[in-house]
Amino acid sequence: MSVITYRQALRDTLRAEMVRDENVLVMGEEIGVFEGSYKITEGLLQEFGPRRVKDTPIAEEGFVGAAVGAAMLGLRPVVELMTINFSLIAIDQIINHAAKIYGMFGGQTSVPMVIRTPGGGGQQLGATHSQNIELFYSFIPGLKVLAPSTPAEASAMLRAAIRDDDPVLFLENLGLYNSKGEVPEDYAEAGSDTVATIGRAGVVREGTDITLIGYSRMAMVADQVAAKLAEEDISVEVVDLRSLRPLDRQTFVDSVKKTGAAVICEDDWLTYGIGAEIAASIQEGAFDYLDAPVRRVAMAEVPMPYAKPLETAALPSVASISTAIKETLSAVGKRVG
Amino acid sequence: MADKAKPRTGAARSTATRRRTRKETTPGVSEENPDTLLDYYRRMLFVRRFEERTAQAYTQARIGGYCHLNLGEEATVVGLMTALQERDYLFTNYRDHGYAIEKGMDPKRVMAELYGRSDGVSKGWGGSMHMYDTETRMLGGYGIVGGQLPLATGAALAVSYKGGDEVVMCQMGDGTTNIGAWHESLNIAKLWDLPIVFVVINNFTGMGTTVEMSSAEPDLYKRGAAFRIEGERVDGRDVLAVRDTASRLVERARQEQTPFLLEAWSYRQKGHSVVDPAKYRTQEQKETARAEANDPIALFDAKLTKAGVLTDDKRDEIAAEVKAEVAEAADFAENSPKPDVSTLFDYTYATPVPNESRRMPADPVFAE
Repeated sequence: MSVITYRQALRDTLRAEMVRDENVLVMGEEIGVFEGSYKITEGLLQEFGPRRVKDTPIAEEGFVGAAVGAAMLGLRPVVELMTINFSLIAIDQIINHAAKIYGMFGGQTSVPMVIRTPGGGGQQLGATHSQNIELFYSFIPGLKVLAPSTPAEASAMLRAAIRDDDPVLFLENLGLYNSKGEVPEDYAEAGSDTVATIGRAGVVREGTDITLIGYSRMAMVADQVAAKLAEEDISVEVVDLRSLRPLDRQTFVDSVKKTGAAVICEDDWLTYGIGAEIAASIQEGAFDYLDAPVRRVAMAEVPMPYAKPLETAALPSVASISTAIKETLSAVGKRVG
Repeated sequence: MADKAKPRTGAARSTATRRRTRKETTPGVSEENPDTLLDYYRRMLFVRRFEERTAQAYTQARIGGYCHLNLGEEATVVGLMTALQERDYLFTNYRDHGYAIEKGMDPKRVMAELYGRSDGVSKGWGGSMHMYDTETRMLGGYGIVGGQLPLATGAALAVSYKGGDEVVMCQMGDGTTNIGAWHESLNIAKLWDLPIVFVVINNFTGMGTTVEMSSAEPDLYKRGAAFRIEGERVDGRDVLAVRDTASRLVERARQEQTPFLLEAWSYRQKGHSVVDPAKYRTQEQKETARAEANDPIALFDAKLTKAGVLTDDKRDEIAAEVKAEVAEAADFAENSPKPDVSTLFDYTYATPVPNESRRMPADPVFAE
């Protein structure tokens, strides 16, 4: 095991898959000469040349759709969208085309492509560059949506996404790129078989008092919350959703059956958000086991402000999640640290 | 052969303009093989009769959804498809029945798709707007205006990436030239030197909105200029003119590895779709659209008759054959089984993964 950043895990895995399979190419704005806005494609143009590392014009609908068409003829494009906010310009190609082509034509042609894109607030990027709109894609049958939170998961899931024959939206996060974690020794090798199973959530920390559910950056924050509350003798079980579609309901429902209470933390807005689906699933799957209402900690329902104090206040934090957990536990008289 | 005369909207076109345009754009038939000419005639008639049968089945509620017909565009359909090699790829919009048949799909399976039956080309998952067949390389009718342009551009990218010598043809309607995907796709196709021919079918009306109402540059073939893409216009009522111009551009795209633009104009004989009575058309516009002088089959019939290629007996013989074949397609569709509900979840994902939902509407999320 070695310790690397989430960014490094993505970059090296992408490179390894390009070495492994001639049909894998990368496309996007500023990914070649500029080496990527967040340097995930650093060195790839130099190594693989412009045929396989394609700088695109600022035309998200055009180049995302071109990746779909190329995938229909057997290429395996990995598209980078600079941020998930820009996916809105390509949404017709993602939802009306990439997600539909396999089913709409009776299974004749698959669309083996990956759209990598970071979400995430907290970078003072303001209202249009800080949104977490993975919900839009998680809503759509035909798409697969992955949201890794650690370098190891990022590597194994990216490998799985590239090898999968369906269109995958691969959610990264600006707040995770510099986070570090252990990865298997062979993670960067073309022959690596460290491939995640798409459609599985994971219990990343075991606990007995309450279940805390998150994904992407919020799964990392959830683990921090659990570590802090452990010092106060509160035992938090953390579930990382990892795959938003398909959604592994059984894993978090089983956890809630064990703990009897649940808090969901999410970077997106609460109303109609990912957490709403999780909460609905918990009431259906673990109704008789719940000792308290399911609580959601989510972003304040405002366009993200630029000013730092306002931005910080709008986002869930270790403190606000901890408060929600303690209030949930005290509501049922369980225990409060 | 290309027609660079400026056509105006259907209603405004004067008889004099029409005559002059026809004269300029009509290749002679004397050097052509009579059997080839009769083959074109037969294929155009087949599209006509197939679409008429489709409209009938639609009004009898055998066919559902939206249903857009190629009536009036038969010469364009046959001319364009004659220009393609079998290995070439085709993407179209939702007005795709004739293209599907002409690219090589079995008409019986096209009709079965219209009927929503299991023998349909897309097993009943697509319907009228979504004909698709990997084998004949008709890679889809698409229902979202402009949606097929980025896809076709990407298919041409894949051809280029693999070093193949196939060409991609991307058909669309006149209204499509104003959507963002048009500009983005033409730009990318030229930047990346892709072997693709974009074909605009100009019937002068996007649903009920005229080209002049929607396009600041109504000479649509000129609109590739912003991307340094050469464009030509052809009389879409003339099968030989369409064939010759399209063949030239397709082969140039293949040889030169660069995109081209072709505008083929003709008249949509009926409404936008089967259910559209076209009340927005003036009487004059309606007469223009349905005039024998603008009917590609009547025009070709007259030309072949005059040249002695098409006799009364031959005409009757072809008509009878086509009628029988269309009836056979309808019978096949009528008798094809409806898709089994047990196949509902078969085509959501190509790679099966855990936790895919197979929940029917009233099922609980957690089945016991």
